[in-house]
Amino acid sequence: MSSGHGHAAHAHRDDLGDKLGMWLFLVTEIVLFGGLFIAYSYMRSLYPADFHHGGAELNATLGVINTVVLLTSSLTMVLSLAALQLGDLVKAKAFLLGTILLGGCFLVIKSFEWGAKFQHHLYPGSAHMATLPHGQQVFFGLYFTMTGLHGVHVLVGMSVLGWMYTHLAKGKINQDRFVVLENGGLYWHLVDVIWIFLLPLFYLAA
Amino acid sequence: MSETIARAHESHEAEASHGHPTYGTFIKVWVALLLLTGALVGLSHLGQTAAVWGLLTLTPIKAALVFYFFMHLKYEGILLKGVILVTLGTLLIFFVLLFSDVAFR
Amino acid sequence: MIVAEGRQPSYLEDAGGKTGLMAWLGTTDHKRIGLMYLYAMVAFFFVGVGIGLVMRLVQLTTFQKLISAQTYNALFTVHGVIMIFLFVIPGLPAVFGNFFLPILVGAKDVFFPRLNLASWYFFMAGAILAVLSLFTGGGAPDTGWSFYAPFSIKTGTNVTLAVFAAFVLGFSSMLTGINFITTIHRMRAPGMTWFRMPLFCWAAYATSWIQILATPIVAITLVLVMLERLVGIGIFDPAKGGDPVLYQHLFWIYSHPAVYIMILPAMGAISEILPTYAKRPIFGYKAIAFSSLSIAGVGSLVWAHHMFTSGMSEFANMIFSLLTMLVAIPSAIKVFNWVSTLYKGSIDVQPALVYALTFIFLFCIGGLTGVMNGALAIDVHIHDTYFIVGHFHYVMFGGTGFAFFAALLHWFPKMFGRMYSRKAVYAAWGPLFVGFNMLYFSMLVLGMMGMPRRYYLHLPQYHFGHQVATVGSWLLALGLLMFFGALLWAIFKGEKAEDNPWGGVTLEWQVPSPPPLENFEEIPTIEHGPYHFPQGGKA
Repeated sequence: MSSGHGHAAHAHRDDLGDKLGMWLFLVTEIVLFGGLFIAYSYMRSLYPADFHHGGAELNATLGVINTVVLLTSSLTMVLSLAALQLGDLVKAKAFLLGTILLGGCFLVIKSFEWGAKFQHHLYPGSAHMATLPHGQQVFFGLYFTMTGLHGVHVLVGMSVLGWMYTHLAKGKINQDRFVVLENGGLYWHLVDVIWIFLLPLFYLAA
Repeated sequence: MSETIARAHESHEAEASHGHPTYGTFIKVWVALLLLTGALVGLSHLGQTAAVWGLLTLTPIKAALVFYFFMHLKYEGILLKGVILVTLGTLLIFFVLLFSDVAFR
Repeated sequence: MIVAEGRQPSYLEDAGGKTGLMAWLGTTDHKRIGLMYLYAMVAFFFVGVGIGLVMRLVQLTTFQKLISAQTYNALFTVHGVIMIFLFVIPGLPAVFGNFFLPILVGAKDVFFPRLNLASWYFFMAGAILAVLSLFTGGGAPDTGWSFYAPFSIKTGTNVTLAVFAAFVLGFSSMLTGINFITTIHRMRAPGMTWFRMPLFCWAAYATSWIQILATPIVAITLVLVMLERLVGIGIFDPAKGGDPVLYQHLFWIYSHPAVYIMILPAMGAISEILPTYAKRPIFGYKAIAFSSLSIAGVGSLVWAHHMFTSGMSEFANMIFSLLTMLVAIPSAIKVFNWVSTLYKGSIDVQPALVYALTFIFLFCIGGLTGVMNGALAIDVHIHDTYFIVGHFHYVMFGGTGFAFFAALLHWFPKMFGRMYSRKAVYAAWGPLFVGFNMLYFSMLVLGMMGMPRRYYLHLPQYHFGHQVATVGSWLLALGLLMFFGALLWAIFKGEKAEDNPWGGVTLEWQVPSPPPLENFEEIPTIEHGPYHFPQGGKA
C-alpha cells in the first residue's frame, strides 16, 4: 500500500499507480464482503420470515447511532486529506485524530451491542441459540460473522490511520506527498461503505 | 518520440491530482448521507416492503456518494472508475447466476 | 540496442548491495523472487508426485497392507492441496510472470517490489502451515482438497489449519495479481501500446484479474469454515439451518475460475514459444489477446457445473451447462491460432517447441472431455468418477504442467545463463508422454466404466485399468526425474548460453543472459508489435 517510494528500480514517483494498487486491493475487500453478501441473500431467500424476526431482536437505535458515527468519521477523514492538500497541517492532524477517535467510538458502541446479545445468551454455539428456529440461528450466525469481520476492519483501519498520524507528524506525509494518506482514507471509506450496507440488511430491512 | 510520450504521461498525472474540492462539498455530501440514513429509518417504520425498497434504492445511493466524493472517484480518470465498475459488475453477475439456482428450486 | 561489450553484472552476481542469505531472502528483484518461487514449487511438486505414486500403489491391491483407508483419504487430500495451491495455481504466474512480465513490458521491476517479496513470504508461510497441518492436531485432513461441508466442519482431522493455510496462500495470490495489473497499466516502456504487448502479458493480465476478483470469495468461504469449526456459526451446517449447497457455490465461485488462473498463463507461454520457433508472427494476435480476456470473463461464470448433481435448480443446471459450453469457443480460438502460426513458418525444432506441441495435444483432450462433463446428461453418469480425475489431470498436468515444462525449456537459458542438454530433455519426453497417457487415459476409461473417484478399494473389473495406470505413473515419474535432473545438471554444469539462443524477438532476448539487475541499461522504446521477424521468416 505504501510502496512506490524508496526503491531504486522505480525512479520517478507515480501517484496514480499507487492509487491503482490501493483500488485493486479495495476490489479484493469488496469481493470478500461480497461473498458474505451472497451468503446473506442466499439464506435470506431460504428463511425470509426468520430473518424478519431476527432483525426485530437487534437494537436498531444503536445501529443508527453507529452509522452516524461512521459517516462522520468518513467526513473527518476526507477533510483531513483536504486540509493537508491546502497546507493546513494542524487541521489535517486534528481531523485524522478525530477519525481514529470516532472509529474507537464505533467499536465501543458495537461492543455494548454484542455484550447485550451475549447476556441474552444469543451467540453462536449457545444452548439458547440451539432452541431457536433454523432461520434465526443462521441469521445470528451471519450477524456475528459480518459485523465481527467489519469490526476487525475498523480496528485495522484505526491502526493504519494511527501509523499515518505519526508519519504526518514527522512530515513524511506532507502537502506534496499525500498519496499514502489518500490511500489510507480510501480504505477507511470502504469500511464505511460496507457498514452502509450492513445497517439495512440487519437492523432496518430484515 | 519517447519524450512526447513521457510528457503525455506527466500531464496525465498532473490532471489526476489537481482540482481538489474544498471542505464545503464534503460537508454537503455528509449532510446528504445523514438525510438518506434518516429516510432509510423512516421507511423501515412503514413496513417490510417499504424497508426493502429503501434498502435496494437508498443504500446504493449512499454508497455511490461515498465512492464518488469521499473516495474522489469524481476526480479520477477512466482507469479507476473502470476498476470499480468491473468489480461491481462481476459481483452483480455472481448474484444473478446464484439466483438462477435459489429462485428456481 | 544493448551491446555485449562491457556488459553489466547479471542479477545472479549483483544483488543490489545485499550479501549472504539476505541477497535472496531480502531481495526485491523480481527475477530472484521468481527463482525462489521456482525452487520452492518444484520441491512441493515432487512431494505431490511422491504422494501420487503412493496412491497409485495402493490401487495395486497388494500394497493395501501398508496404507490404511484413512491414510489414503489423507493422501488424496494432501496431494490435491499441494498440487493445486502450491504448484499449479501459482506455478506460471509466480515463476515466469515474476521473472518475465517486467522484462516483456520493458520495465526494471514490478510496480510494488517490496509487496512482491511479501507475496513470496505469504506463499511460504501458507506452504509451511499446509505441511504443519499434516502432523499436528487430529492428523492430516481427509476431506479432499475441496473441503466440502458439512464433512469438513465435522471431521476430527486438522482441517482448520489446512484451511487457514489455503487462506494465506490466497492472500499471496491476490497480492501478486494486484502487482501485475499495476505493472502492466503503469510501467510499460514508451511505445509499448496494449497491442504491442507480448501475449504472455495479456494472459498474465487476465489471470491477475481473476486472482483479485475470485480469490477473496474463497478466502471468506474458508474463514467461514474455520468459524464453523471454532464457534459453530451454522451457515454451512444443516443441523443449524445452514446449507452445504451454499458452501459449494461459494467454493466453486473461486475454484472454477482458479482453473483459468492455472491455464491462462500457460496459454500465454505457449503463445510466446510458437512464434519464436516458427520464426513468424503469431497468427491472430488480437484474437488470442481477447480470447484470454473472454476466457477469464466467461470462465468466472461457469462455477456451478461442478454441482449438477447437488440438488441445484434445473434452471441453474441449464444456464451453467450452456455457459460451460461457451468457454470452449475462446479456448478453441487459441488452439486454431496456434496451429495456424506454424503453417508456412520456418520451423526450428527445439525441445521447447516439442513440449509446447505436446501441451496442445494433451490440452485438446482435456478441453474436449471438459465439454463432455459440461453436458448435463453425461455429467450425471460420470460425476465423481475417475473420468473427472482423468479430465482435470489432462487439463492441469497435460495442460499447465507441460506448458510449465515448455516455458522452462524456452526461458531456461535466459534465467540461468546456461544451456541444458537437448538430448537429455528429448529423452525425458518419451517416458513423460507415454507414462502420462497410460496413467490418465486409463482413468478416463475407468471413469466411463463407473469407477468412483477417491475410493480406497475397487471391484475386480477395474483392476486391469488400475494396473495400466500404475505402471504409467512409474514411467511418468521416471520422465520427471530425467527432465528435472537434466535441468539441475545444467544449472551447475551446463555450457554458457547465448543471449538469444532461439532467435526470439521479444524484449527478453535483447538483454544479456542472465539479465542484469535492472534488466535494461536504458528503457527501450518500442516501435512495432512483439513478433516482428525482420528477415521475413528467415532466422
